[in-house]
Amino acid sequence: MKFLWFHLMPYPDLPDDFKAKHESVWVNIDPGLFDAERGHEVYNEYIDELEFAAEAGLDAICVNEHHANGYGLMPSPNLIASILARGTSDAAICIMGNSLALYNPPTRVAEEMAMIDCISGGRLIAGFPVGTPMDTCYAYGQNPGLLRPRYYEAIELITKAWEADEAFAFNGRFTQQRYVNVWPRPVQKPRPPVWVPGSGSIETWRMCAEKDFLYAYLSYFGYKSSAAVMKGYWKAMGEMGMEPNPFQAGFLQAIGVAESRQEAEELYTGPGNYFFDTCLHLSPRFASPPGYTTEESLRARFASQVVTAANRANRFSGSGINRSAERKMFEEGHVIIGSPDEVADKIREAAIDLNVGNLLMLLHFGNMSRDLTNYNTQLFAEKVMPQLTDLFEDKWEHKWWPEPMAAAKRVMQTEAAE
Amino acid sequence: MNAMTERTVETPGGAARVWEMGSGETVGYFAGLHGLPGWLPLLDSLSENRQVVVPSLPGYPGGSDHEQLDDLFDWILAARDVHTASGLGGADLIGASVGGALAAEIAAAWPDAVRRLVLIAPYGMYVDEDPSTDVFAQAQDKLSAIMSANPEAYDSYVDTPDGEDEVEWDLTRFRAQMAAARLLWPLGDTKLGKRLARIHQPALIIWGADDKILPASYAQRFADAISGPASVRIIEGAGHKVEFDAPDAVAEAIGEFLNNP
Repeated sequence: MKFLWFHLMPYPDLPDDFKAKHESVWVNIDPGLFDAERGHEVYNEYIDELEFAAEAGLDAICVNEHHANGYGLMPSPNLIASILARGTSDAAICIMGNSLALYNPPTRVAEEMAMIDCISGGRLIAGFPVGTPMDTCYAYGQNPGLLRPRYYEAIELITKAWEADEAFAFNGRFTQQRYVNVWPRPVQKPRPPVWVPGSGSIETWRMCAEKDFLYAYLSYFGYKSSAAVMKGYWKAMGEMGMEPNPFQAGFLQAIGVAESRQEAEELYTGPGNYFFDTCLHLSPRFASPPGYTTEESLRARFASQVVTAANRANRFSGSGINRSAERKMFEEGHVIIGSPDEVADKIREAAIDLNVGNLLMLLHFGNMSRDLTNYNTQLFAEKVMPQLTDLFEDKWEHKWWPEPMAAAKRVMQTEAAE
Repeated sequence: MNAMTERTVETPGGAARVWEMGSGETVGYFAGLHGLPGWLPLLDSLSENRQVVVPSLPGYPGGSDHEQLDDLFDWILAARDVHTASGLGGADLIGASVGGALAAEIAAAWPDAVRRLVLIAPYGMYVDEDPSTDVFAQAQDKLSAIMSANPEAYDSYVDTPDGEDEVEWDLTRFRAQMAAARLLWPLGDTKLGKRLARIHQPALIIWGADDKILPASYAQRFADAISGPASVRIIEGAGHKVEFDAPDAVAEAIGEFLNNP
């Protein structure tokens, strides 16, 4: 099993009365709440935490893209990833990912990711999300009805740009380029592994099956809330004749490890509340721009709902963030906490139940300090991970993991600096 | 009392519903946000002394597929196609909101296709000093309150009629929002402003004084930009759906304009 250390990079100092006084953490969050000098500190601390995780032996470190978002300070995850590519030596660099439709032409993504694959010696995992409505349609002004067609076309363009052995013309519905020619070329051949964070739509599952992509369900609410989607995924994969290789799937989980359950509760309740209460304070009016969800998916969603007056009013709203659940974060498994053995048991149970071989982990969540984060990471790496790394390895081959250059051939920053 | 009839016309983009009522001189009507889930009292009034022809625009209830329309040129051609197919070439044309933006485009691009133009709170402009409301970032249960000065009545108008399937009805309603968003995202500014000078036809601009989506101040901007004789009528007590909120006042204004050009 693979363990990926995922940073959202939340702004840690949103005020206590944020929820009462502000409409949303995303899209129209007050710029006056951002102290740039504090920004300087937290970026550097967060990069330290990612590098610490790589040093501690985590399989990968992950970054992602959000815009106008108080809990996600990486409008450009590639900037952070390029720092990590230089500052770490063995961990995979997972960009989860670039919202492809936001780049014009999307060739830009092929180029930047090829650069990072070169700098890191072939350690890149290329994440291709559609992007949330908040990021893409509201913060970035993308037309919701055109977002998915643009996204699918961008995937065609980028993967072809990586794999083509000569310059080519691309005549798409949205992008036309006479000369597509990505320099540098990615180290990994024919291309870096592609991971797709999805929300549970059948179109995405079908694409992952057809194109040999990995599917990851990234819910902030942990393994229990991921179960229905992951079971749907495996059912669909089976119907498409795909084998149930757990390494073709990932899910997101917040985790807090301590010496005991009691200590874990003491350490992680505050950061958990900050994350679920403050960071996820999102106005529902930004959840469902008309056209973002396809008519087919809407029809499927409606058909599975019991129609009541209450849910009719909300039926077009995205299912992304369920704020009523925030108080039960430990009981409901939104955050797995406990002693190393308790955490390992819970993860094993969840991974087997969901048949998922890649765990993307929030070992930093909310407003955790660097010390607490590193403590969590250290305990996880030393006492939890060793209990689980063999899981699935005997039966399945991981075909969606980076294949870097041989370690002896890779240039390390420390060597270069000497 | 006239009876409303329904027919279907073929366009290059697919079949479209056309409603008709009355007899006499023909006037076309392009609907606004939400399209026409049902007949409107305004159309009854207009049909008392003319033939009212109401084609459905792409994505609206009864309209052709909107998902093939990628840019403004596609939209203008699709609107012109259904305008032609429903026999409106050369007739007077009324367009409300989203339909107003497209009616104005047709009048600007094909001067002979539109005799006189009535725009009811048309989309197509965005003014920095007087910004419009983001109709696409509203909770669904709050939409009626910003669309209409009579939100309860408007809720009833768009709600599922007896005998209709609720899921399909809601999808139809939401599809109209998808189509409007596809055309107008993100600001509702199609840059129509720079084409209004091509309109030399007589024009009437109607706006609800209490329009919570597009400020009533836009009315004069439209009138000023149009080259033909253009007058403005602001209707008190009406919101963005002025044709729904104040059908009598709108019918009277249109009647005056079309009878006494």
